[in-house]
Amino acid sequence: MIELKDVSKTFTLHNQGSAVIEVISDVSFAVAPGECVALTGASGAGKSTLMRMIYGNYLTQAGEIRIGGLDIVRSEPRDIIKLRRDVLGYVSQFLRVVPRVPTLDVVAEPLRALGVPADEAQDRASALLTQLNIPERLWSLSPTTFSGGEQQRVNIARGFAHTYPAMLLDEPTASLDAANREVVLSLIEDAKARGAAIIGIFHDEAARTRVCDREIDVGRFTPGMAA
Amino acid sequence: MTEYNFAYLDEQTKRMIRRAILKGLAIPGYQVPFASREMPMPYGWGTGGVQVSAAVLTPKDTFKVIDQGADDTTNAVSIRTFFQRTAGVATTTATSDATVIQTRHRIPEEPLHEGQILVYQVPIPEPLRFLEPRESETRKMHSLEEYGLMHVKLYEDISRHGHIATSYAYPVKVEGRYVMDPSPIPKFDNPKLGDMAAIQLFGAGREQRIYALPPYTQVVSLDFEDHPFEASKADHPCGMCGATDSYLDELIIDDAGGRMFVCSDTDYCEARQATGHKGKDAA
Amino acid sequence: MTPLLSVQGITKRYGAHIGCADVSFDLYPGEVVGIVGESGSGKSTLLNCMAGHLTPDAGQVVFDTRTDGPRDTITMSEPERRMLGRTDWAFVHQHARDGLRMGVSAGGNVGERLMAVGDRHYGDIREKATDWLGRVEIDASRVDDRPTTFSGGMQQRLQIARNLVTGPRLVFMDEPTGGLDVSVQARLLDLLRGLVRDMGLSAIIVTHDLAVVRLLADRLMVMKSGRVVEAGLTDQVLDDPQHAYSQLLVSSVLQV
Repeated sequence: MIELKDVSKTFTLHNQGSAVIEVISDVSFAVAPGECVALTGASGAGKSTLMRMIYGNYLTQAGEIRIGGLDIVRSEPRDIIKLRRDVLGYVSQFLRVVPRVPTLDVVAEPLRALGVPADEAQDRASALLTQLNIPERLWSLSPTTFSGGEQQRVNIARGFAHTYPAMLLDEPTASLDAANREVVLSLIEDAKARGAAIIGIFHDEAARTRVCDREIDVGRFTPGMAA
Repeated sequence: MTEYNFAYLDEQTKRMIRRAILKGLAIPGYQVPFASREMPMPYGWGTGGVQVSAAVLTPKDTFKVIDQGADDTTNAVSIRTFFQRTAGVATTTATSDATVIQTRHRIPEEPLHEGQILVYQVPIPEPLRFLEPRESETRKMHSLEEYGLMHVKLYEDISRHGHIATSYAYPVKVEGRYVMDPSPIPKFDNPKLGDMAAIQLFGAGREQRIYALPPYTQVVSLDFEDHPFEASKADHPCGMCGATDSYLDELIIDDAGGRMFVCSDTDYCEARQATGHKGKDAA
Repeated sequence: MTPLLSVQGITKRYGAHIGCADVSFDLYPGEVVGIVGESGSGKSTLLNCMAGHLTPDAGQVVFDTRTDGPRDTITMSEPERRMLGRTDWAFVHQHARDGLRMGVSAGGNVGERLMAVGDRHYGDIREKATDWLGRVEIDASRVDDRPTTFSGGMQQRLQIARNLVTGPRLVFMDEPTGGLDVSVQARLLDLLRGLVRDMGLSAIIVTHDLAVVRLLADRLMVMKSGRVVEAGLTDQVLDDPQHAYSQLLVSSVLQV
């Protein structure tokens, strides 16, 4: 489902003496449907960078990244947008939303973008928010005012609203209490069970052991960090 | 009066105006620019109408002037006298006897016949001016037939008053093409514009525009499907002649608020009274 | 798929000065493209060339018309182009007063485009206008009020309603949130996002506000000195800019 072949990435800082930083070189691996792969490595090894490259958020200089057959390194923006809408989900560490939009609509939006009717999308959003223990009285408020943990849970609800065949999870259990951590892990297990291919970053070792089938140490692809 | 050329204007000027008139007749409702001259009267007193009259008058014509229907107001009297003195033409107050009728803000009640010319005095020839002040833009709108804006004006009327409150200078569409301002005639007169036997010429002196309706032209008043055009008048008979089919002026006759309604067309009213018609206020 | 708008080699000079040079891109149905750059970078010139307000010195702006398929709007006749401007195209100005008739009621402002395309039933026009006021969150009781009595945010929303009432397929926006205070901006952005999604609109948004394009645009073009220096997926250009100028632009934004 997700396939990386000889993927490399450099940053060129034009405004800082045109310094060229090699971040990742020659990454190759694949993730099958129903499989969850953890990216590991020390801080700064490029775990988040690699994940952002897979999402198309960072430009990849060399190699191929195929998701459901589409090579996003060489795709038109509109194809990547379509891929993100239909196929590829991403739960980042930060919630980025239009201020003043109610939480319920924030969570329902990925479904609305797919053309799901408003009430059906809201039903799904309500179910997820309930499952993640966001009190109903908060649903009509914008999540921008919520605590870090609440924002993270809204972000997860939004990420799981649509049943994407491929998902990227960046620290999904960080800053969650035990009960909510359990909910998120079971959501991941459900996604695996229905055949989603998942790539995750988990600092939480117990969580990693529980949901991930394999680990990939990104450090060995990082020039100058491999040791 | 040998100091002046016939009908005051020099022949070159009259030729220029006649060309504008002919162009106007050829493109009914289209505003033709012309080089308006200074006339011995202030703008707003009918300088456009006077120039058009001067250009069409011949020594054999019989001339009539009405101001809001009346032959005897200052404006009507002075323009009539002006052409009496500068052209030496015969004048009349009888609508049917006149060959050229200059008018301000009315169409005579008596139907005009072929061979007559009705000359309107026009203050603002551009019907779109109310909503679009740029002349460059209104000209483009005319040339491209973009007349949605005209209905915005009528829409505003209905939204504010519940009905189309525009009661004079009511916009019309000519031969399905140009939207035209019929000058500030009451909308009661609008139906007379269309299919008229006489030639209708419109002159705007200050704005330097001439436009025209040849005989038997199709003229349609703009409206909405659910708010159709209505030619309204005061719902009274004339106090002097008893006519129920003429446009009426409301007169306040004492300081107790007493009022009476009389025909605005003085010639029509007098002719009726002369044949024995009597209204309730007639002495 | 046929692009809704295909811009090819648009160049506009002001004497020796370059307004915009050799700009080309395709816009597909439902897509929102943002154009960013500093003042004087040529983004407004480009927008006005595409929308038919300026005639470019070179290039084509091919629009996929409903009746005749792709047509170059620069060489089509003026009546046709103006007709597009009233039907399939919409233009949202930065200053609402440039896009509204300030002396005409809110209902009349929204109804104008309907009347321009031949609607002649007062009741229907008014109903549609009222419906659209509701969709842009203006109370129906304000239908007969003039825009002069509206706040800046309401005026901007009225301008949007006036533009969208005829169901256009392409909307040009010139700094749509400029000049509005931040809380009003957010509401307007949310409204625009919803309308773009629900109506399947394509849009071209010119702005210098990177937060606006992040929220609204699928794709981004960065302009400098009249040329497009970088183009791509919005979040990719903002998070991983490649060109020196894009990097400078992104790093110059104050973090909140």
